[in-house]
Amino acid sequence: MNDLDDAVRRRAIHRQAASIIAAVAPFGIVFGAAAATAGLSLLQAIGFSALVFGGSSQFAAVEILGDGGSVASAAIAGLLLNVRSLAFGVIMAPALFGAWWQRAAMSQLMIDESIAVGAAQSERRWRRYGYLVAGIGVFVVWNLTTILGHVAFAGAGDLITDLGLDAAGPAAFLALLWPRLSSAPQRRTAIVGALIALVMIPFAPPGVPILAAMLGVVAARFGKPDEQPSDALIDESGIIP
Amino acid sequence: MSDSTIVLIVMTVGTFALKSAGPLVLGDRSLPRRVQQVVDLLPAALLAALTIVSTVGDGREIVIDARLVGLVVAGSALWRRLPFVVVIVVASAATALTRLIS
Repeated sequence: MNDLDDAVRRRAIHRQAASIIAAVAPFGIVFGAAAATAGLSLLQAIGFSALVFGGSSQFAAVEILGDGGSVASAAIAGLLLNVRSLAFGVIMAPALFGAWWQRAAMSQLMIDESIAVGAAQSERRWRRYGYLVAGIGVFVVWNLTTILGHVAFAGAGDLITDLGLDAAGPAAFLALLWPRLSSAPQRRTAIVGALIALVMIPFAPPGVPILAAMLGVVAARFGKPDEQPSDALIDESGIIP
Repeated sequence: MSDSTIVLIVMTVGTFALKSAGPLVLGDRSLPRRVQQVVDLLPAALLAALTIVSTVGDGREIVIDARLVGLVVAGSALWRRLPFVVVIVVASAATALTRLIS
């Protein structure tokens, strides 16, 4: 009986993880291509995908480097996009039990996708299983497609614009943002953040508008007092459509 | 060492710290509520900014081009609850098509 339940649960997690892992593939190709366009070597591109392993933060850093931004603005913008890992870590900590080095190793798989699948499960051991399955799957696909994108599109900037792949980044960012927009404080933060960034583009070096957009969180304070964004913690589980 | 390598090293170390902080240090304890609220909101501001900057930004210039068509198409695809992959494909296709006919 329990074995049967376990098999059903395991299959359900595999299905969830599979669709999310597949969705990552084009994104990885685009990252590889973007890294090549920005002048990164294949080894550097793989370094970002294997060591940093955080989609939007890799895009942000590479985009800023490609635009001629400073080392500091690229690194800070990239790291700020991973600040949400602090919250992810708090959510997943109880499920990532084990020795300290096991916890450290498992936390490297912490990305939107692994958190989404993990946090969607109700029991601790299934949260752990979902997190690990999605995390390992995305890690493998993300790195393979990074190589494919870099090799297939290296030095072919025209191909990227011809295929409209320069719109894939914006579309992916919007898709990652989309589920957050259903919460009013998140929506206000996003709108104000976008406006701040837009206004600052002509006046600041690349990267700085993205950093300045952080001040958009101030906008969330203008909501009704009972409108608490604490539910957003739960929303994190569904941030991948 | 190239700029890209320095950024890679800094981000590797920093991201490792951010990812492992919860499981290693906090354990089962949670952040102060006010801090947690700000952390929850940061991705919204940053993803929105990245969307805008990658759509109309070109260095220190604002450039309106076919990317904007792709973003609008992506938005309507998301509105129709289409899957992530489809959103990316239609946005890219719309941008490519716009360049082809203009």
